[in-house]
Amino acid sequence: MEFAPHTDADIEAMLAAVGVADLDALFDHLPAEARLDRPLDLPPGRSEDEVLRALADHAARNVTGTVCFAGGGAYDHYVPALLPAIIGRGEFLTSYTPYQPEVSQGILQAIFEYQTVISELTGLPVSNASLYDGASAVAEAVSMAAAATRRSRVLLSQALDAPTRQVVRTYGHPLGRVVEDLPYGPDGRTPVAVPDDGTVAAVVVQQPNALGVVEDVRAWADAAHAAGAQLIVKWEPTAAGLLATPGAQGADLVVGEGQPLGQGLAYGGPTFGFLACGQDQVRRLPGRIVGETVDVRGNRGYVMTLRAREQDIRRERATSNICTNQTLCALAGLIHLTWLGPRGLQELARHCLARARHAADRLTRIDGVDLAVDGPFLKEFALRVPADPHAVVRALSGEGWLVGPVVPDGLAAGAVLVATTERRTPAQVEGLADALDRVLKEVG
Amino acid sequence: MPLMGPPHADEPTAFAHSRPGRRASSLPVLDVPEVDPAGALPGVELADAPIALPELGELDVVRHLTRLSQRNHGIDAGFYPLGSCSMKYNPRVADAAAALPGFRDLHPWAPDSAAQGTLGLLWDLERWLAELTGLSAASFQPAAGAQGELTGLMLIRAYHEDRGDARRTIIVPDSAHGTNPASAAMCGYDVVTVPSGPDGLVDVDALEGLVDGQTAGLMLTNPNTVGVFEVEIARISSILRAAGALLYYDGANFNAICGRARPGDMGFDVVHLNVHKTFATPHGGGGPGAGPVVVSDRLAPYLPGPVVALDGETYRWDADRPKSIGRLHGFHGNVGVLVRAYAFLLALGGDGLAQMSAKAVLNANYVAAQVTGSLPLGFPQHRPMHEFVVTGASLRAHGVRVTDLCKRLIDLGFHPPTNYFPLIVDEALMVEPTETESRETLDAFAAALNQAVAEAGTDPDLLRAAPTTTPVGRLDEALAARRLRVRWQPDGG
Repeated sequence: MEFAPHTDADIEAMLAAVGVADLDALFDHLPAEARLDRPLDLPPGRSEDEVLRALADHAARNVTGTVCFAGGGAYDHYVPALLPAIIGRGEFLTSYTPYQPEVSQGILQAIFEYQTVISELTGLPVSNASLYDGASAVAEAVSMAAAATRRSRVLLSQALDAPTRQVVRTYGHPLGRVVEDLPYGPDGRTPVAVPDDGTVAAVVVQQPNALGVVEDVRAWADAAHAAGAQLIVKWEPTAAGLLATPGAQGADLVVGEGQPLGQGLAYGGPTFGFLACGQDQVRRLPGRIVGETVDVRGNRGYVMTLRAREQDIRRERATSNICTNQTLCALAGLIHLTWLGPRGLQELARHCLARARHAADRLTRIDGVDLAVDGPFLKEFALRVPADPHAVVRALSGEGWLVGPVVPDGLAAGAVLVATTERRTPAQVEGLADALDRVLKEVG
Repeated sequence: MPLMGPPHADEPTAFAHSRPGRRASSLPVLDVPEVDPAGALPGVELADAPIALPELGELDVVRHLTRLSQRNHGIDAGFYPLGSCSMKYNPRVADAAAALPGFRDLHPWAPDSAAQGTLGLLWDLERWLAELTGLSAASFQPAAGAQGELTGLMLIRAYHEDRGDARRTIIVPDSAHGTNPASAAMCGYDVVTVPSGPDGLVDVDALEGLVDGQTAGLMLTNPNTVGVFEVEIARISSILRAAGALLYYDGANFNAICGRARPGDMGFDVVHLNVHKTFATPHGGGGPGAGPVVVSDRLAPYLPGPVVALDGETYRWDADRPKSIGRLHGFHGNVGVLVRAYAFLLALGGDGLAQMSAKAVLNANYVAAQVTGSLPLGFPQHRPMHEFVVTGASLRAHGVRVTDLCKRLIDLGFHPPTNYFPLIVDEALMVEPTETESRETLDAFAAALNQAVAEAGTDPDLLRAAPTTTPVGRLDEALAARRLRVRWQPDGG
């Protein structure tokens, strides 16, 4: 099928207007060695019905009927029904970067409101309009801190999730950044220590961290600042319903993965990353920022602002190369937070906490199953199991229970992460416990 | 008909709509023992008050956002000829595909055994992108074109470093997208700019003089950002190759040549494709997109990991790649966008894609033929491809800028084209109609553009006062930057 509306008569008339004999002749000026002189070796076009059936066949080969206790940065929170209805509106869905603000006030104001809720959620005054994901948001924050301190050494808590640590290294390598891991202790917390030798640009910790454990952000902020470094916190946004915000505890840059905010699982993408900073760092922020202003008639309106930081103006001296971000996903995040409201977010975090405690109590009653670390946790915890953890995860998945990922390194290496959202019921915990008991007898 | 209708009343922010005690959300009843946070989290600093989110009922949320949407223009509502952005119709079948529960509900860390459908789809898509580009292997991690650029340059860097041949510079044309030099800088390279010649093409003699043993690569968009094919690509390629440098293809303009010419056949070693542009994912007000990179055999070992592998009939993520540059994404990339691209490619098929490019080029040439009597092409020496650039320099005589022309187009019912880009054309206006627009729409747009140019001579104030049919008039950007109000404040309404 095709989505071009041209009739044969249209094509004939248009070719005549252009002065070209046929469609192929539009490419006659391409040098012969560059031209493809055969049809593409791709399947033939199909009807809409056939396309959907082919995609449904692929989708059916994924196993998604499982009960999701998996975590590692992506959680099975409920997505309210109004959310897909609103982001599916063509006016949002089929618009682009608001280069013409007079006909883009809707998305501009939505981004302004998004920046406000991210500011509240992080405890810092300024947010950009979104980044690709939590991992690249950390990498961008590291660049900001390196620019602010004119230093190039970066310390990562080993309890910062492993994919994010890898992304920071990928971004840092061409720029000669020295990236080191700080091992976490037996309680799952990263011992607070920053060498005060004038080399450290930034320390990155995660809150709660990749083992689910709450870090002492205030102590980290003090230690980083005493060493002249910045503290970057990768912040699980639903924790804001319970914990003091990292910004209120002294973090310089607060970033995070937006998946828990109305994104659904979607194999981890698209989601969005958020990034907030203090007023003093506004001009180092990557990507779009929307600001409020007035129009020629004195009415309030919104525009993209501080554009001189951006790649299309500043080119190789830009703060980042980011152009297209994840606006529709950020809009979903805004809708989810607006739907939750202050009390909804607080209840969500408290319910997750209560359900996680209940699940941890139940699962650790199984022989040989124990918490891998003993620090305080919110909605996710690391379980030590007496068997090959990857085999356990696979076997549980086969029985309809999804857990994981497996902790890759440090004292808790080999532990299996278990997360409980507000959706996980006691009956499901009981079911998981039974299945785990059974699986351990089989693979153990 | 005007683009936005009569001016709408101001829509207050969600915060201004907020009333204490109102809420939309409900949670499942807590059927496990309640836990006192202070007791359960000893020594942890808890929030002393709930986060100050707006407090709205569900209908408040729906109405507020619906009103915002009504203050926003999208392709669904009308023509959107933004040059360099390929604002084509986004078939809903692709959205329907991505929304299938099997894709929507898959956890990113599900074991490979539970993700065979998605992995198989990505395996097929990698082969299709290789066929489309004339290259051999792909990574799906880059979340947008700019991240694809950064990835591609990191691959070039890794290739040279692996050969013990560290190089310092990346060459970009002066007409390049701003992301090109910005990506090169993020990859630690010094940027060398090669000038365009008087015909808008890369000045190949100048290029020859700039290439040396420090040149890691050249970034090129082809057709380039003035919408014209770089016909000397073979010579460009041989100059770079003779110096041991690589060619990077910026896929921003791939819609012009899809199924007609292939970067790999032109000598490029690495390509990023903006699959959201070319293969039609809704642009969502500025994303999400996806920017997979496709590379030749010699760059394949360095691709970000993991990559999809096939053992017998089972797909898996292969993370055992010692030469990989590492990860670019916290999960697997914008897989939902890739599912849409897959659906789009399956719908069109090989023949449909070649037709798609031909009609995109036809549409651009058709509009160009109608408007270049009013505004001349920036570079009339070559046939435009999927987009064309005209110059509004002549309007200065009437005290009118291209900005004014664009704002008048809004009052005449059309989203303006890209303006002031590329930088090498004075008062540039860059028009990309795409293949999904009908002849009638193109005629109406051309007529409106010609009318606005005529009005610049007869009634310039009409242009300078535009737009008057939109919810707001022209906005004070200087005030926005000076005052820097980037979040709602209780005293600011």
